[in-house]
Amino acid sequence: MYAAPFSYHRPASLQEAIKLLEELGEEARIIAGGQSLIPLMKMRMARPSALVDINFIPGLSEIRAHQGELRFGALTRHAEIENSEVTAAIPIVHDCASGIADVQVRNQGTIGGSLAEADPSGDWGTVLQTLETSVRCFGPKGERMVALEEFIKDAYTTVLGHEELVTEVIVKLPPKGSGGAHLAFKRSAPVYPTVSVATQVTLEGKNTCKDARIVMGCVGLTAIRAKEAEAMLRGKTLNEKIVQAAAESARETAEPQSDMRGSADYKRVLLAALVRRAIGIAARRARGERAEAGHEYVGR
Amino acid sequence: MSDAEKTLVRIRVNGEFREAQVEPRTLLVEFLREHLNLMGTHIGCDTTYCGACTVILNGHTVKSCTLFAPMADGGEITTVEGLAKNGELHPIQEAFAECHGLQCGFCTPGLLLSTMYLLKKTPKPSDQQIRKAIAGNTCRCTGYQNVFKAIRTAAAAMEKP
Repeated sequence: MYAAPFSYHRPASLQEAIKLLEELGEEARIIAGGQSLIPLMKMRMARPSALVDINFIPGLSEIRAHQGELRFGALTRHAEIENSEVTAAIPIVHDCASGIADVQVRNQGTIGGSLAEADPSGDWGTVLQTLETSVRCFGPKGERMVALEEFIKDAYTTVLGHEELVTEVIVKLPPKGSGGAHLAFKRSAPVYPTVSVATQVTLEGKNTCKDARIVMGCVGLTAIRAKEAEAMLRGKTLNEKIVQAAAESARETAEPQSDMRGSADYKRVLLAALVRRAIGIAARRARGERAEAGHEYVGR
Repeated sequence: MSDAEKTLVRIRVNGEFREAQVEPRTLLVEFLREHLNLMGTHIGCDTTYCGACTVILNGHTVKSCTLFAPMADGGEITTVEGLAKNGELHPIQEAFAECHGLQCGFCTPGLLLSTMYLLKKTPKPSDQQIRKAIAGNTCRCTGYQNVFKAIRTAAAAMEKP
């Protein structure tokens, strides 16, 4: 399949990239790893008149631990995050990075591109909303930091201006006694999840939930926070009954659509099961236990 | 499209320097097949799913149907044509032949390169590591059992000094 024709531009710096976007007009787009954009272009669902390729701009793919934060350059590939020792501090980040699509896609796709594309089925938008995450944006007026919840506005829509791009993704390390888990159910490795759930649970003592975040992916136009379910857990002792109630509540909050990955009813049932399991794994990790999470598919 | 709108793509493929002027929308796999006449890299699904188009770009496997050729400019690429040396099959190719790790052979170039990438990073892979390494390579003939045998056999053969 061929994409519609476009002109190709390769800036050597961020400033040059911005200037190109200004000159090339509204139909020009940034390309990073291209693992979401290129398939859309091949299906002619996206037809940019020009591509500004930022892959040749140096310094955009570093992972740094800095004052209680992890900082990912926008061009950091999923595989680099998967294999990074620094990210071991946040297991949920590893859950996500190590299971996105397959080896080849993880070698090419980037964290900044995933957020900027804001695909409703993308994993990073779901996972990183369980943590304090901000997105560093750069444009003609300079830099600004945007909280991730405000960054993604709708499916395929962010607050980025036309001449603005993502340069860094900054994730605050969770407090002590906090654990997270990402569970994504896929039909096979290379595809987007049918449903995914990311949770972060902070415990007080052995089993009292001090704080919880539950974010659901692929069941709405953007990732959805199950705020009522979170409130049900807060301050409570975690037991089967309360976790089940939270899962039921999350199921009501979701807005799944029937599509080739499954019916809306099926997705709600799957979602409740994933919420239950994700809370359990997050709590175990919060207690310092080892527990497996990540993407699940037949043949894994 | 006029020549003026074409982009020069210069890459080193299997150690050899190659270049061509192409439309920017040319996919890397089309660049390899149609401009450089390297037909070993296959186009299967053309939708980033099947992995038949897998090549090694700058040390990492990628799906060459999901990269525009100019994005690989200045890069170093290994395709299936680069595995055999002086008429001698690579140990990975030997193992796939010996274990019958293929039937129709369409997915094989991609599987060989994914295996090469795996064994470079993980010389003694567990079954789980093998499964994860080839999760992006779809084969509709073998049922994968002989592919697993081939990868284990290749790992053993490459370990010997």
